[in-house]
Amino acid sequence: MLEVRHLDVAYGRAQVLFDLSFTARDGEVLVLLGRNGAGKSTTLKALIGLVPARSGEIRFAGRRVDRLPPYQIARLGLGYVPEDRRIFTDLTVMQNLEVGRQPARRGAPRWTPERVFELFPDLGRLRDRPGGRMSGGEQQMLAIARTLMGNPRAILLDEPAEGLAPVIVERMALAVRELKREGLCIVLSEQNLRFARAAADRALIVEKGQLRFAGALAELQAQPAVREQFLSV
Amino acid sequence: MSASAAFLQLLNGLASANSLFLVAAGLSLIFGVTRTINFAHGSLYMLGMYCAVTLIARLGGGALGFWASVLLAAAFVGVAGAAIEILVLRRTYAAPDLMQLLATFALVLIIGDFALWAWGPEDILGPRAPGLAGAVTILGREFPQYDLFLIAFGPLVLLALWLLLTRTRWGTLVRAATEDREMAGALGVNHKWLFTGVFALGAFLAGFGGAIEIPREPASLSVALSVIADAFVVVVVGGLGSIPGAFLAALLISEIKALCIGFGQVTVFGTVFSLSKLTLVIEFLVMAVVLVLRPWGLLGRAAAPARGPAVLEPRLPVPSRRALYALAALVAALALVPTLSTGYTLVLLTDILVFALFAVSLHFIAGPGGLHSFGHAAYFGLGAYGAGLLLLKAHAPMELALLLAPFCGALGALLFGWFCVRLSGVYLAMLTLAFAQIAWSIVFQWDALTGGSNGLIGVWPARWLSSQSAYYYLTLATCSAGIALLWRILYSPFGYALRAARDSALRAAAIGIDVRALQWAAFTLAGWFAGLGGALFAFAKGSISPETLAVPRSVDGLVMVLLGGLHTLTGPIWGAALFTWLEDTLARTVNYWHAVIGAVILALVLAFPQGVAGFARQRFARRGDDA
Repeated sequence: MLEVRHLDVAYGRAQVLFDLSFTARDGEVLVLLGRNGAGKSTTLKALIGLVPARSGEIRFAGRRVDRLPPYQIARLGLGYVPEDRRIFTDLTVMQNLEVGRQPARRGAPRWTPERVFELFPDLGRLRDRPGGRMSGGEQQMLAIARTLMGNPRAILLDEPAEGLAPVIVERMALAVRELKREGLCIVLSEQNLRFARAAADRALIVEKGQLRFAGALAELQAQPAVREQFLSV
Repeated sequence: MSASAAFLQLLNGLASANSLFLVAAGLSLIFGVTRTINFAHGSLYMLGMYCAVTLIARLGGGALGFWASVLLAAAFVGVAGAAIEILVLRRTYAAPDLMQLLATFALVLIIGDFALWAWGPEDILGPRAPGLAGAVTILGREFPQYDLFLIAFGPLVLLALWLLLTRTRWGTLVRAATEDREMAGALGVNHKWLFTGVFALGAFLAGFGGAIEIPREPASLSVALSVIADAFVVVVVGGLGSIPGAFLAALLISEIKALCIGFGQVTVFGTVFSLSKLTLVIEFLVMAVVLVLRPWGLLGRAAAPARGPAVLEPRLPVPSRRALYALAALVAALALVPTLSTGYTLVLLTDILVFALFAVSLHFIAGPGGLHSFGHAAYFGLGAYGAGLLLLKAHAPMELALLLAPFCGALGALLFGWFCVRLSGVYLAMLTLAFAQIAWSIVFQWDALTGGSNGLIGVWPARWLSSQSAYYYLTLATCSAGIALLWRILYSPFGYALRAARDSALRAAAIGIDVRALQWAAFTLAGWFAGLGGALFAFAKGSISPETLAVPRSVDGLVMVLLGGLHTLTGPIWGAALFTWLEDTLARTVNYWHAVIGAVILALVLAFPQGVAGFARQRFARRGDDA
């Protein structure tokens, strides 16, 4: 579904991603691990087209997307949930969902506000609440729900568990497993393994913009040395 | 003023607020979504007026003909707006903010000359509105029916816009893109067509505002600039991007103006003030007060920090030894010119030198200083008027007048700068514009001192400087020295601190730089040098008119700086030379030269978004990298 080959990304003269290659399949949860500043967010932003790839190739659903503007990539069915959520604070929950709405897509689950509220019942009670007057956890749920309204085939979740209460993190993990069951390809990023353990199949470790480990989550669990080297603070 | 007269004057203000609100709402909407300040919005309003008059003449002045004409005129302007967005603005969004502004200013020139060509220089009176041509009696006084209609119309438009923005998918997307364009894009919203749509709607509103004003006001060319100035004030007072704010501010400004006219002359402490003459100044005073008290406007909100990767301003390179020699050689070559040629060449070169100094002083605060002043001509003009008044009214010798005049510019900058450095970005630009407009209004309306619209005449240099070549040498020496000094300051600790404050005010403050004091000093310094340029200009021409400090002159300065390149050192002098030469040549040889200049500016903006010198440097640097 998602295929990245030899991706280099630079902000001006400072290169932040070096020769990154990986793939993610349908119905798979891939977790991007690494310390703060390792290049996880930049990787996801490059996938959705918010930062340009300097070289290399990104393919999504069989199409090359690394030269497309974000809106076109999104319309191919790639959803993106940013780290800082970026809820439209002026708009209500329903209006935020409306912004994310796209026509139904063949081969991808169809979402309506009602279905989204089944996934996140708390949101259903806040339909007319402006985005700016919601808690962090509610905003995170809304951010995911808004992206789902585009009926994506794959979604990118940038640190979905960051700064949230344990109860909400549990709800997020539940939702990710639910989406996986629906056949979505999910790429999420995280600084430690806490959330990944509950949801991910495979893991990548990025450090200083380079790929240091790729393998099944179980494999990583079995190698405390690798975790120690790249993840512990 | 009696109570009934006051009441009618208030009603009058309400009626005037209607068109102002329509234009300002469009301007605000466009700014909110595209972050473009559309200088050409007043021109679109003017187009609406002319189109309506023409259409009414064709379709007949009956009820159907009149209203169909108004709507068709607005629709035509809307389509023109869409075309402008697709052909021009779409290509400038990636360029620096000021470049967009330059592009829209070029459109002002082009549309203005188009109207001159199509409708001629005379004002055109429109017909009265059929069915609403009469008057009603209110408190024993006559009041036009049409004005009553307009009073009701404004709130209806506000309601319609509110419904459009909050109750439709399109409106929801517009509001989302206003808040976070990038995120909306990542959700699949194609902002290109959204922007085109918003621009078309904004243009439609401007055209509508113009067309519907036809029964009250004649269509004229001057309306373009006066309306855009009013609309800027309304949008800034109401809060950029806020439609209800625009409505409130339009009411406020119109009422204050109406009351000023109504009161006429008042006597305070034995001095007679003519309030009706203050209308030009008053709205800018209101704006200045609002910006100082609530920098983001009445109903606006403090701007969130810009989303997306931080924009790093290009480094200002230290000129190489070779470049310095080349500049010295240029000055030497210029010093030889009088031996080779006289007459017109010297006049033109004198102008170029003066404007080079003016542009460099503007570049000093706008480029390295990061203070995008839209009213730099105020200090140029204050220097010019200072020189003229010292010579004519204080009977000072010319040399002394020239020496003291820059301090007039500096004093003005000291006063206005205190307010301006409290703001940043668009708000700072608007406040500088407001102050320049205040300075202009005072000069324009204070007949006794400044000669009003006639200006001052007989501002000639001393006898030993009266020959063309002598005055040329004076200008060359003064301007070269001034430019060299300003450039030297840019590479002093003061100059580095200025750039640090521009790039990160917080970090600069954290290492002990008093950002406001620093910027205030820079603003004042730039005012001094602009004043020097103005004084030289006054003595070169022998006369001074209010145009010396009007808005177009400020924009000329920006054009010069931006043409040359905001982030280059020598760019402003090339920009000044190119622009002054171009304007001079075209004005003498081409009929519709404003339009030609506009087209040239537009072409340059689209071809070289980094400025001419910036472009040359980029090319040069690229070659350097390859080597």
